[in-house]
Amino acid sequence: MKIMIRGVRGSIPTTGPDTTRYGGNTSCSVVAEGDTILVLDGGSGMQKFNLLNNTGIKRIDILLTHLHLDHIQGLGFFNPLFDPTLDVHIWGPTSTSSLHARLSRYLSPPLFPVLLRDLPCKLTLHDIGNSSFEIGPFTIESRYVIHPGPTVGFRISNRRSVFTYIPDHEPALGSFELHNDKKWISGFDLASSADLLLHDAQYTPQEYQNKLGWGHSSMDDALKFSAIAEVKHLLLTHHDPSHSDEQLDHFFTNLKSRNNYSFPYELAAEGMQIELP
Amino acid sequence: MPAYDIEIILNRQLADCLSMPVFITDTTGNLIFYNESAEKVLGSRFEETGEMKVEMWSTIFKQKDEEGNLLSPESLPLVRTLHDRYPYHKTFWIESLQGKSEKISVTSYPIIGRAGKFLGAVAIFWEAKDL
Repeated sequence: MKIMIRGVRGSIPTTGPDTTRYGGNTSCSVVAEGDTILVLDGGSGMQKFNLLNNTGIKRIDILLTHLHLDHIQGLGFFNPLFDPTLDVHIWGPTSTSSLHARLSRYLSPPLFPVLLRDLPCKLTLHDIGNSSFEIGPFTIESRYVIHPGPTVGFRISNRRSVFTYIPDHEPALGSFELHNDKKWISGFDLASSADLLLHDAQYTPQEYQNKLGWGHSSMDDALKFSAIAEVKHLLLTHHDPSHSDEQLDHFFTNLKSRNNYSFPYELAAEGMQIELP
Repeated sequence: MPAYDIEIILNRQLADCLSMPVFITDTTGNLIFYNESAEKVLGSRFEETGEMKVEMWSTIFKQKDEEGNLLSPESLPLVRTLHDRYPYHKTFWIESLQGKSEKISVTSYPIIGRAGKFLGAVAIFWEAKDL
């Protein structure tokens, strides 16, 4: 499977000369294998999507971890939704109201001029929670994780590899530190022994002390979570919008100096592409 | 064993932050977590005992009424919550294995998750007040 990173910024798109290297678009990644394309989250990184051009592919699947604005604001600017020849499936977490009802709050006036029901594509919505489903060659597990409001992470497997996607996650909430007992760790089943994990790391440890309960992780907690789950490769994402490229480099240097984990880890950046077998 | 559902994990994290004794069970009454305050009630530490089968932890103390009569398990809040998935509250006496008696109030509530799935129950022990 091929993984393409299209948006790594948390909370709000952040454009400018200070964020050009890591990128300013909010959460979006693409997973592709053969004719199957999964778009993970609909942040602003979703815009200018052209992977279908001249491919003959007639179906695309969008997997939403949750419906906070930074994860859906790109939907209205996602070209396949306006193509009447395409089947578009949107999968997202359920709550007391349906995914359709919740998405319609954004895709309707006055927030957006086009109603969800008026989108030209052939649209199918799927309510998910702790779910298992298959799309093309992929088996996908979704599990609720700790983040305000109904939020899931995804474990995406083909026959050879596992990619885990948990961009918004605060597994250390309420504890002085992460539990060592794996049964008690939010997201553990999703990340266990994954070949690649894309995980929330919005804050430095100092910043996190003032953001407890906001639903995001410190860089150090993301590393510890990955180590407990025996992840093989970690990409840190959901960069805080106040962090410039220069600051991120500085934080990452400090992170490496105080941690001695053996698995590779790096800051996610827009435009990254990773192949898993 | 797979990780617990997020609703159970969040209840433990809340219990970790509380000074009231809190007990968390699975759907069959096995004790899957108790916090530091509850350790004083049980006389054991969670780090040492780990999870306890219902047969074990239900014998740690006897439940009695004002006259010292043994209460049936079916009348206790947590047992009732596990049975019909509603919250309950009751004041009674407990007697530990060492013979120490204490008047307590217990509040129990079911943990029913996002999908409407029954996942377990919580019991909170309070210092009893004469109302």
